[in-house]
Amino acid sequence: MSKFYSSVTKKIWMSLMGFFLMTFLLVHLSINLLLVFSSNSDLFNEAAHFMGTNPLIQVFQWVLFAGFVIHIILGLILQIENWIARPKGYRVSPTSEDSFFSRYMIHTGVIIFIFLIIHFVNFFLVAKGVIGELQEVEVNGKHMEDMGKLVIDLFHIPYYVVGYLIALLILGFHLDHGFQSAFQSLGLNHPKYTPCIKGLGHVFAIVVTLGYMIIPVFIYFSK
Amino acid sequence: MTKLESKVPAGPLAEKWTNYKAHQNLVNPANKRKIDVIVIGTGLAGGAAAASLSELGFNVSVFCIQDSPRRAHSIAAQGGINAAKNYPNDGDSIYRLFYDTIKGGDYRARESNVYRLAEVSNNIIDQCVAQGVPFAREYGGLLDNRSFGGALVSRTFYARGQTGQQLLLGAYSALSKQIGKGAVKMYTRREMLDVVKIDGKARGVIVRNLVDGKLERHAAHAVLLATGGYGNVFFLSTNAMTSNGSAAWRAYKRGAFFANPSFVQIHPTCIPVHGDYQSKLTLMSESLRNDGRIWVPKKKEDAEKIQKGQLKPTQIPEEERDYYLERRYPAFGNLVPRDVASRAAKERCDAGFGVGSTGLAVYLDFKSAIDRLGKNVIEARYGNLFQMYEKIVDENPYETPMMIYPAIHYTMGGTWVDYELQSTVPGLFVGGEANFSDHGANRLGASALMQGLSDGYFVLPYTMQNYLADQITVPRFKTDAPEFEKAEKEVQDRINKLLAVKGDHTVDSFHRRLGLIMWDYVGMARNEAGLKKAIADIKALRKEFWQHVKVPGKNDGLNVELEKALRVADFLELGELMAYDALNRNESSGGHFREEYQTPDGEAMRDDSNYMYVAAWEYNGDDKEPVLHKEPLIYENIEVKQRNYKTA
Amino acid sequence: MDLKLKIWRQPSAQTDGKFVDYQVTNISKDASFLEMLDILNEELVGKGEDPVAFDHDCREGICGMCSLFINGRPHGPDSAVTTCQLHMRKFKDGETVTIEPWRAKPFPVIKDLMVDRSAFDEIIQAGGFVNVATGGVPDANAIPIKKENADLAMDAAACIGCGACVAACKNASAMLFVSAKVSQLALLPQGKIEAKERVQKMVAKMDDLGFGNCTNTYACEAECPKEISVTNIARMNREFLVAKLS
Repeated sequence: MSKFYSSVTKKIWMSLMGFFLMTFLLVHLSINLLLVFSSNSDLFNEAAHFMGTNPLIQVFQWVLFAGFVIHIILGLILQIENWIARPKGYRVSPTSEDSFFSRYMIHTGVIIFIFLIIHFVNFFLVAKGVIGELQEVEVNGKHMEDMGKLVIDLFHIPYYVVGYLIALLILGFHLDHGFQSAFQSLGLNHPKYTPCIKGLGHVFAIVVTLGYMIIPVFIYFSK
Repeated sequence: MTKLESKVPAGPLAEKWTNYKAHQNLVNPANKRKIDVIVIGTGLAGGAAAASLSELGFNVSVFCIQDSPRRAHSIAAQGGINAAKNYPNDGDSIYRLFYDTIKGGDYRARESNVYRLAEVSNNIIDQCVAQGVPFAREYGGLLDNRSFGGALVSRTFYARGQTGQQLLLGAYSALSKQIGKGAVKMYTRREMLDVVKIDGKARGVIVRNLVDGKLERHAAHAVLLATGGYGNVFFLSTNAMTSNGSAAWRAYKRGAFFANPSFVQIHPTCIPVHGDYQSKLTLMSESLRNDGRIWVPKKKEDAEKIQKGQLKPTQIPEEERDYYLERRYPAFGNLVPRDVASRAAKERCDAGFGVGSTGLAVYLDFKSAIDRLGKNVIEARYGNLFQMYEKIVDENPYETPMMIYPAIHYTMGGTWVDYELQSTVPGLFVGGEANFSDHGANRLGASALMQGLSDGYFVLPYTMQNYLADQITVPRFKTDAPEFEKAEKEVQDRINKLLAVKGDHTVDSFHRRLGLIMWDYVGMARNEAGLKKAIADIKALRKEFWQHVKVPGKNDGLNVELEKALRVADFLELGELMAYDALNRNESSGGHFREEYQTPDGEAMRDDSNYMYVAAWEYNGDDKEPVLHKEPLIYENIEVKQRNYKTA
Repeated sequence: MDLKLKIWRQPSAQTDGKFVDYQVTNISKDASFLEMLDILNEELVGKGEDPVAFDHDCREGICGMCSLFINGRPHGPDSAVTTCQLHMRKFKDGETVTIEPWRAKPFPVIKDLMVDRSAFDEIIQAGGFVNVATGGVPDANAIPIKKENADLAMDAAACIGCGACVAACKNASAMLFVSAKVSQLALLPQGKIEAKERVQKMVAKMDDLGFGNCTNTYACEAECPKEISVTNIARMNREFLVAKLS
């Protein structure tokens, strides 16, 4: 089978998109945290309104969308090629020491993808008015959709919160390998700094995961 | 009777090679394409020659026994490669390298060949660096050198403990470049089983495809054998498992004389034998003798206690240790040549001072070097060797001395070749360890790599061209010629005969027995009675082999037992020739030590008036004594002396 | 010690194979793993059975010929060794040992535990060399090389081409092997001249041969008998990126 682009090219795109998505995760997280760190939903709603109406962001959202698609499609192609590369497996599963979560990137990736679709349906499409209707709210004299209420309502459904937390945990696993892997794929490896990057990768995965987790837990118990 | 014509060019020693090249015949580029060359073996000599001949424009086919040309046994050489660069400014020169090599070989090598070797040694280093061989370097960015046995200068270039690997990968990359261009046709997993002669000239080979068992015929204008040595005749040696003497032996049976077969090198620093299931011996690089000190206990009681495991080497105080090399050879100390170091170890062990559970081992101790230089320095120099030792023996050599014992390592003898490296069969060239040419009766450390690459890169491409120059009008050979037919049938018959024996003993069991005969009687110390016994024993064993060997399976696919049987059948003949040669040579020289001929203090005693010649043996039919031809050795540029490593 | 062996037996590339159980007894703990197999084979030959075919040659860990996947690990349960350097003291008496060939599409089985690794040679032929012919090269000391770079090049050049990296990788990727050669030559001034073409040609060849993609799992590094570092893979990625962008 002649391959779809060179393996290294695919990996480089994979890591570039990974970096991009990780940046997005941080932006998204900082907005979400507004729900926790302010007494009402006003700040959050304002931020959500800005994200939903600013023309630059509107363009950028398509770039982001493309980023997801490229990352996902490349991930699938890589995986399929990798399965083809070993048509007959081992009787004893390999027990080599490796980056543990790297073994499950396709699994965690697929779960995150499903989560993403649910997330997309629950929030993005609703916010865009494609599905259902949002209540209006007035913040600092401006009329806007009450995204805060949508979030708070959903995070009072126990099974939704549990599912959300599990999905985040899996995202954390994905990030734990993905962070340092993205550096490696771009050739950013150095005897001095690579251990730091690996450490930073763990910190990043934990901070992002916990950061996102705090929100539903906090809302469930306090709002 | 064929006369031995060494074809050494006239003129002063230092100008012979230049003169040869200036006057040799060349082939024009358009004609080179029409000329086919077969190269057997992809070690340093074969790989380098194949790449270089192909770069010149010849049509080259290469055969190797392993699955890849990168795995030839040259890869296992650890220590380094000599060259007369004199980078350290310690007084080295081409003449000194030449002199040391002749002296180290105990004055049994051809002057002109050795001088040429020393001359091109420098080109080798240049070539390898240009290929990207990562030699060790100093902090200033220039190449580093270390010292090796038999020399008073530091002239050994090295790449950690893997010099052979790096040089071979260099030659392999050059060969790969040519294969990639389609200029070389590579055949892997093939074993050469015969040379095909047409009108007296070598014109092709019969090889067996080891995967499907099929015999293949390949024709060419000239054939180069670079198939390594025959050390595995001893069963246990430092050679790789597939290293064998069959190609050289088949050439011998087709009329190529075999020179000095008894000149075998026993390497002093190998890991001792530990069990009868053992399949091979592991070498620890000679470079270890730079910093390691060799000793045994002074008192026999201590040695006995160590053998029984009641005493540890670290418990023996300094004054109770016998650093016997430093004691006997104050000038060279632990860096005496290999034959001298090996015999000295055997002498101590035979006298009952050996250590280890078998008493057949001596210590190689790094304690004083660690104290002097620190563990870090020693680790940087020998880390991988120490690690290898620990993996095999399960002891930490930083804390307790290594145990070593001599083992068969290299064969100086081989197919007789003239100055052009051509055998007595026209068109059959032989390079590297497979020929006899440069090391006399003993090879110095770091000289095998030098010789292999010298032959391959810088000698054979010239001399083979000289031969091929008058072949341009000879059309390509067809492999359906009757000579090919006949040769293939003979090989097939030999295979059928082996398969038909259906005996009750495995090939390995015969090989092991042959090895014991060789080690006991044709090994480190030989005598007349023992050699006669060896000849009788080998004859008897050979007979038994053909009656009782068990080779399972058929010839229609991969059959490792059949491969081994073919090799052992040849070893059973080659071993006998070695004993003949050793019996004929009534003197001790280099690796050939006859107990009857030694000085009062146990040093080898040569007989220059009667044995200063190369013994080239001609095949004279099965069960007939081989015919001896003598090539006298004439030393015009060097004063022949008894080797002396006691004083500088 | 006594051991139970489960060995993959496959008569030829064209036929299918299966696991066969064998028993070996009275094996010395100081024997090497291959010597243990020699003992088994000598017994099989004695019984008139076909001995187990496996690749091996130098038996001192440098030729790269031996290639057994033992109990889930290439070259077995020891680090920084080849199969021939693995000793029986690493196993427990009575243990069951499963021995499989390297598994990867570009490494088809020839017989039993023997695989065809000529794909590695093809990758080297695609560009794993410096384009210099014999003769006419400058003096070896004409171009000084920083010791640090020479040492790094040597680290990479230590690769023995055994294929354990491919065998260990869940994706059967050959990146460690390819990157070791690319790195060695990229680190040296002699190799730098062709570095851009080299990395692209070698990667393209590797892809064509059907090796999997690197997903930075680092199992290769963990199993490499010569401890070749994955920093070489990063270096190759970098070289590749630079080559593509310029």
